Parts: sequence; C-alpha cells; structure tokens
Amino acid sequence: MAKNKGQPAPSRALVRRETISGYLFMLPSLIFFVGFVIIPMILCIYTSFFDANLTANGEDTFIGFANYVELFNDDIFRKALVNTIIIVVVSVPVTCVFSLWVSSTIYKMRGPLLAFFRCVFYLPVVTGSVAVTVVWKWIYSYRTGVLNDVLTGIGILDSNVNWLGDTSTALACIIVILLTTSVGQPIVLYVSALGNVDSTLIEAAEVDGATDLQVFWRIKWPQMMPTTLYILVITTINSFQCFALIQLLTSGGPTHATDTVMYYIYYSAFKLYRLGYGNAMGVILAIFIALLSALQFKLAEEK
Amino acid sequence: MKSNVKSKYPSVYRVISVIVLIIFAILFLFPLYWIITGAFKPTTDIYSTDTVWWPTQWVTTNFEKLFSNRSAPLFTIGSLEGPTVPAAIRWLINSVFISVMAMLLTCITAAMAGYALAKKRFIGRNIVFALIVCAMALPKQVILIPLIREISAMGLYNTLWAVILPTVGWPFGVFLMKQFSEGVPGEMLEAARIDGAGEAQTFVQIVMPLIKPGIGALAIFTFINSWNDYFTQLIMLTSSANYSIAVGISTLQGDSSTDFGILMAGAALAAVPIITVFLIFQKYFTQGITMGAVKG
Amino acid sequence: MKKILSLVLALAMALSLAACGGSSDSGSSSSSTGDSSSSEGSSSSESSATESEGDGEDDASGSDSAEVADSITLWTYPIGNWGTEATVNELVEGFYEATGITVTVEYLDYTAGDEKVNTAIAAGEAPDLIMEGPERLVADWGASGYMVDISDLLDDTDIAEINEAALAACYGDDGAVYEYPLVMTAHCMAINKTVFEAAGAMQYLDEETHLWNSSEDFFAAIEAVYEYTGSAVGAIYCGGQGGDQGTRALVNNLYGGTFASADHTSYTWNSEENIKALEALVACEGIEFDASIVGGDEIAQFYQGTLNVAFCWNIAQQLDPNTAGTGSGLTLSGDEILFMAFPTEDGSDPELCGGIWGFGIFDNGDDAKIAAAKQFILYMCDSEATADAVTAANYFAVRDTVEDGTVDISDIWADNEIMNEYNVLMQYLGDYYQVTTNWTSARYQWWNMLQVIGAGGDVAEAVETYAANADAGLSE
Repeated sequence: MAKNKGQPAPSRALVRRETISGYLFMLPSLIFFVGFVIIPMILCIYTSFFDANLTANGEDTFIGFANYVELFNDDIFRKALVNTIIIVVVSVPVTCVFSLWVSSTIYKMRGPLLAFFRCVFYLPVVTGSVAVTVVWKWIYSYRTGVLNDVLTGIGILDSNVNWLGDTSTALACIIVILLTTSVGQPIVLYVSALGNVDSTLIEAAEVDGATDLQVFWRIKWPQMMPTTLYILVITTINSFQCFALIQLLTSGGPTHATDTVMYYIYYSAFKLYRLGYGNAMGVILAIFIALLSALQFKLAEEK
Repeated sequence: MKSNVKSKYPSVYRVISVIVLIIFAILFLFPLYWIITGAFKPTTDIYSTDTVWWPTQWVTTNFEKLFSNRSAPLFTIGSLEGPTVPAAIRWLINSVFISVMAMLLTCITAAMAGYALAKKRFIGRNIVFALIVCAMALPKQVILIPLIREISAMGLYNTLWAVILPTVGWPFGVFLMKQFSEGVPGEMLEAARIDGAGEAQTFVQIVMPLIKPGIGALAIFTFINSWNDYFTQLIMLTSSANYSIAVGISTLQGDSSTDFGILMAGAALAAVPIITVFLIFQKYFTQGITMGAVKG
Repeated sequence: MKKILSLVLALAMALSLAACGGSSDSGSSSSSTGDSSSSEGSSSSESSATESEGDGEDDASGSDSAEVADSITLWTYPIGNWGTEATVNELVEGFYEATGITVTVEYLDYTAGDEKVNTAIAAGEAPDLIMEGPERLVADWGASGYMVDISDLLDDTDIAEINEAALAACYGDDGAVYEYPLVMTAHCMAINKTVFEAAGAMQYLDEETHLWNSSEDFFAAIEAVYEYTGSAVGAIYCGGQGGDQGTRALVNNLYGGTFASADHTSYTWNSEENIKALEALVACEGIEFDASIVGGDEIAQFYQGTLNVAFCWNIAQQLDPNTAGTGSGLTLSGDEILFMAFPTEDGSDPELCGGIWGFGIFDNGDDAKIAAAKQFILYMCDSEATADAVTAANYFAVRDTVEDGTVDISDIWADNEIMNEYNVLMQYLGDYYQVTTNWTSARYQWWNMLQVIGAGGDVAEAVETYAANADAGLSE
C-alpha cells in the first residue's frame, strides 16, 4: 500500500485545491453513501431510543435505552447473536482453507482442466441465492430429499434425518449451503495468486532441500497475504449478509437454532411491528461489524 | 514414498487430493444438475419417495405452470407498456436491469471516489475513509427500516431504483478502487498537471486506463452481488411486474402447496441465462476477479 | 472539470429518467396526493354504495370529479382461485365493465405475505383493498388502526343475511367493521382412504358422518397405518405459522381443550386437556413433530403419498388437492382422499376452526380511493357478481341472498357433490377465536412452542411458558 509520506508539507493553496477537487470527485459517491447509508444509519440510531411500532394510532414515545436494556435480556437476541457469530467464525476460516486447498490442487493443471474446476466451484455463486436455496430445500427435505435417500441407501444413516427440522443439524445445514456459495471467488483469487508466486524462489528453495510444506509456508503463503486479506473481507461480508437461506428454509427455527440477528431484525420489525426494537438491534450489530471491519483493516494496514 | 526430488509420478498426497477434489466437484455440480433435471421431471418423478436420478420422461409441464402462473408487461417505460408476457420473463429482465444499472453506477462513482481518496490529500479525507471502512461490512438489514421510509419519501418504493440506489451507496466499491488507485504513480499525475491537463482529463486519460482491471473486478463483484441481493429486492419491490427473478421464485413457494417442480423451473430460468453468460465470458470473468485482488 | 460535471449531469439524468420509468407501477403514490384534498365524503351513505353501478357509469363517461378514484389496488392471498391470475382477471374485468374502475391486483403468499404488507405499511404504500380473513384484517391491521370502518356498507338486510358468526368476527373491539365477509369454510383434516382401508383402520371412523369414533380410536388408526406402512403417518408441522389452524384444532379437539377464552381476551391453551393432547401426540409413534415444514408442505407430502394424514385441509383442498389439477379428492397416485373432522375424546361434536375471508380497505387517507374500494366490495360481496366471486374462492358463501334479498345464491354449489357432502362439517364450526387480543404474537408462540415440544422439551412447561407469553403479547 503506497503512502505519500516523505513529501514536503503542502502549501495552503494546494490543500485548498486538493480539497475542492477531492470532494468534487467524491461527490457522486458521497451522495449515495450519505443518502443511503449514513442518513438511514442516523435515523436508525434515533428511532432505537423510541418505542416505535407499526401501529397507526400510537404515538412513538421516547424510552431512552429501554430497547437496549431489553435486548440484553432477550434470550432470542442473544441466541441470534451467537448464531451469527458462529456462522461468521465457521464459514470464514473454512472458506479460506478449503479454497486454498482447492487452488493449490488445481493451479498447476492444464488450461482446460483448470478452467473446468474453477467454473465448477464458481457455479453456485452465479446460480443465484434463491435458486440455490430452493434446490437445497428439496435436497434436505426430510421425507423426500435426495440426501436422506442416499445416506440411508449406502448405510451411513439408519433412518432419515430431519436436517432442517432438527436443532442439532439445522445451523450446520445452513452453513454448508453458505459455504458452497462463498468459495467460488476465493478459489479464482488463490489460483491466480499461486500462479504469480515467484518461481525462482521456489526452485531455489527446492534445491536447498525444502519440503513442499516448507516451500508453502515460507515462500508461497507470505506472497499470498494480500489476497488472503481481501478474501477475509469479502467472505466476512458475505457471511453477515446471509438472509435468503434463513428466510426461505427455516424462518429462524427450529427453536431459534438458525435465528440470526439479520433475520430477527426483519422479523421484529415486520412480523411483530417493533420498529424501535429492530433498530436497536441494528445499531448493536452495526457497532459489532464496524469494530470487526476496523480490526481487519488494521491488520491489512500492517501488512 | 516421500522424496524431495521431483518425480515423474504424482505423489500419494496428490492422487488423494485429486480424488477428493473430483468428489467435491461432483457435489458442487449436483444442485445445478438437480435444478435442471428437476425442472423437466414429471410430477410423479418429483414426488417419488425413491429418488429419481434422471427424468423418466422429459416434460415441460413445470415451465408451462410457471409461465401461466403470473403475467406482466414485457417492459414499462413511463406509461408505455410492452406486450403481456409470462411474469417470469419480466422478472429476468428486471434482474438484469437492476444488476447492470447498479454495476454501472457503482463503477463510475467508486472509481472517482477511490481515486480522490487515494491521490487527493483533502481535508476530512481520513474521516471519510474511516466511515467507509466501518460501513463496508454493514448488512442492509441493519438500516432497512429507515431505508424503506426514505425510499418511499422519494417516491421510489416499489421501483427498481429502490433496489439499485442503496446498492450504489454501499461503500465497498470505493474501498476497492482506493486500493487500486494507490498504485497509480504520483509522477504521472504530476506530469499531466504540468502539461496543463485538467483534473477531469487527468482522471479519464491517465487514471482510468491504469485502474481498468480494478473496475472490471468491481463490475463483476457488483453485478453478482445485486443479482443475488434477495433481501433488498424482497422488501422494496411489491408488485409482481417489478419483482426480480429471485423474489419471483421465492413467491412460488406458496402456502396451499409447495411444488418443487415449478420451483425448479423458476430456479432453472434464473440460473441458466447467467450461467451461460458466465461460461462464455469465464476467461474475462476470472481475469477481472483476479486483477481485483492482486492489489487487495 | 467539464468532464466531471458532465458525468455528474449524466448521472442525474439517468436517475431522473429512470425514476419516471420505474415509478409508473406504483401509481398510487403519485396520484393519491392530488385527489385526497378535493374529495368529499362520498361514501357516507348506503344509497350511494348500492347505486354503485350508476356512479360507475358516470365515471366511465369521463367526468373528472374526484369523488371516486378510477383505479385501485387489491392485494389478495391465495384464497382458492383468488390466487389464480386468470380467474381474478375475469372478476376484475367484470367490475371494470360495471363501474369503469380498474383494479391492479397483486398476489401474496402465506410465506412472506404478511411481511410484505407490513413493509408496505411502513413505507406508507399499503394497497387500497386487501382480501384475507378477520385474523389479519380485524385483529391485526384493523386493531392497529390501518383499516377503514366499512360499517356503512352493511344495512339491516345485509346484517340479517350474512352468517352471524362470520359477521361477528369482522367487528373490531371498537365496534367498527374492518372486513366485509365473502366466503367461509370449516378447516378439517384428511386421510388417505385407500391406505387406511388397506391397513384396516377404517373401523375407527365413520365415513358417512366424517367423524372419528373417539380420540382413542384416532390414535389406534394412526397406529394401524403406522404398522402397515412403517413410516410416519402424520406430521405436526411447525416450521412457521402457515396452516397452524390445523395443529391448533387437532390439539384442542382431542381432549376438549380450547385455544382462547370465549370473550377473546386471553389464551387458554395451557389447560390440562391440551397438555394431555400434546403429550399423547408426542407419545404417538406414527406422528412426528416436524419443524422443517409448514402446512403447505404437509399438504404436498400428503398429496404425494408420503404422509397418510393431513391436518391442514379444507374444502378447497378437497376440490383440488395440492392445487395440482389432478382431480377432486385424489392423491397423486390416485388414492382416495377422505376429509374428516378432528377427533374428540368420546366421539362427540368437534369444534372446527372456521375460515372466513373477505375484503377490507386500508386507510391511505384518500377518500376517492376508499369510495372506489367500497364499490368493489359491494360488487364482489353484494351483487349479481357475488356468485362468481364465491365460486372463485372454492368456499361457501357467507349468505344465501344478496342485493336486499333479490338474488338467490344459495344454489351455486348445488351441482357439486363434494361441496354438498362437505356441508356436514359446516355445522361443527366453532368459535372464531382468531381475533383474540395479541393474536399475531400468539400465533408465533404457538408454533415456537410446538418446535420446543418436538425437540424434546417438557410439554407442561413449554405450554405454560408460551401461553403466558401469548397472553403478555411478548415477542419471545
């Protein structure tokens, strides 16, 4: 990451000129950013202090931090938060490791073969979230799903498992689908990053008798660091955004095993009419994510 | 078996890896296979308790049901309406429109803003950048309630723009383009300035060509993201003529029955066009994505 | 600098252009503001409403008076063929010919329909008309103050004509009428008769009266079919609220429990009878609690023969199982479907859960739209066209005569054997408790409670907790 340090201190005129042109360049983007992210965020914070609901005849009353206090005593919210964290904590590293493994297996393959595998793993991404979700609903189906039929057929299972209806399997099932839709891009990225690793360094290391593993850790991995960080960022975003899966497959059940904060906000606001409460949840989640982003960014800066 | 000398024969590890890889490839292909065969299976195959791996008979009844289900004008521009077609076709057009517009607007605004953030040392730059970083991973659900009210105050609720504009506001693109623009050599900009080039000219003639790969990456990323942005589409679009294909399919799982046949037909309709485009352009696709990350 | 400016300009242009293009579909937002100020209370008198056809002709001939809007929006749930575009188009066209008012119809589903309406409310873009039952129109949106009181549409003749129970459910706590009922039915259950016969389970029920001999016999029948097929016979679906009236009715009837108090102010499902019923269902081998499906999925699985009992059933399903169009009363493989009342402990009369559907009007502050919507309601519910509107729904009309007793619609199902046979269940229509205070929250508690019980939770404890939550109107 280039830095402009070491340049002489700019003159005031230059600063002014740079500021004007800088903001002119920023303007179109800022309009959208402020209009559709910042302003709603401020409104969100504002409403979170009100007992705002979706009834026409009640005035919204200011209730201070009551929504927040309630949130911390709300078992479902706590569960939703934990589930959200589980989804992120499991799916991000697994995505990274899996795509790294796939990439290192395929990056030396001949052109068409490489292209084939790259496409295969990218297909769920382009298939579309809802299309993928509905087909998985069928695959997982308790009584008529192909998954149960295959697993009982080859004797892994004695009887059908209610994949999406059982508290112990539902969240894992959701994560599996999420994983299939998130590894495509990282694989493409890693394949190219691996291809770009300086081959003279590898050859030199091999001459020195380094094992494959040593070559990987000492030479390839450091060079792929920027790629990895980028992948971490996009995968984290992707994991937080997972909504269609929950809404279309489980509605957060069974017994809130797959409730996420995102789904619970939607549910509170549009099923239970508790807009203020939903907004308070949004604020908590936003703070949480902002901290996480800042952390990731700090890591990236250090590299 | 383990040897440090490169042997002509693949190692055991490699053989196992490839076998496992092929298994995974099959698993990844399976949902798509299931969508496409499912879309053409007769009802008896779909509801069979014993899995029917290959349609006993290829039928188009699922598509007929899908197409007769809802109808909508092919397009609506102002008061001008196109001929009435199955709504699923219109949904597809809507999705393409949403994704393309979001992609174009994001690329233009983000390229400009990213360049400014990287190369202009303006007052407040750090604050703006910090805000962008913090907001980057923000799921839309967080701000959805105020967003709905804002969009409807603008008179855009239940229009495709209600989906497009918030996508453009999402600052990930700016972040990505900033990373790219960092790579533009300051000397070139300086030289252009000395040659008397204006700010806009410098941007278009010098910066743009240099960050083109980045724009490509962002374009793909935004396109795919808006194509899959079921959530915003779900809450912003209420009339079936305005549905995206994602929302359209989701409404097919009604209450009175869950018909996997019609769902698969819808899923196939949603997936096949974009997959075809992807396969045709996959070289550019992967190039675009890759270019994006090298700088990441 | 010029380039940037032009870029920005181009952007702005693209936006405004697009805004024009896109917003046309949401027409209501643009046209509503202009009309509302100038319009008068055109709808106040009954006479103007009953003379709707006359009004409409004026309108069609091009008079610009803002009294009655010339276009309205209707959102409908899939109530029989009121969810089928072709059928609804015909009805709406008939209305246009009579009044010159165009109706834009959107179709909701039971999976995300409620949220869709609620988002639209939050956006201030609710439809003019909505078609559903009192549980939503009265207990939910009506109680929240979003609906228009349409008591002026009901004169004394109407009140006398309309089924008492159906009409009673359309009144809000405040005495206002938030729904004009069109059709009704009793929800029931269904068995796969062919399989029951093969399993020797028909002895436990009366095919003629559609009643079970007793709760004990019901479980015996399930047991027999379970032994015969070796797989689950029925499912207590609880993946969401879809079709939850079936599970409620089953539990309530088994040992004579109730769901809510008679005055509709509190929930009574934490009674011993209900706990006993739930425990019996948990203990029953042939019945599985299934949190991965809702009513619609259950119907599909019953139709395809995976399940041999369906708890989410009614006449519309019997006429067209799974809306698959493969013939009345038959499963996919041609097995015969027998609709049944829910079992009661001693074989006494069951209390079936009623379904009532009709129209309500959202108060969008536009009197012209409201006036037009009222015309629509009278056209569909109290005119020559009512017969078609009722047949489209596949349910029973809530009244025998319309238009002040001049038009007899009691015979619209006369030729339909299944409808006639189904009539035997209509006498068991029980209390329409779906308008009890905190109804939306209570529904949520119910299926969440079933999930907990299905996951092995203690029945008595779960029932206690969730019924209390429902009473408190809590979200948890």
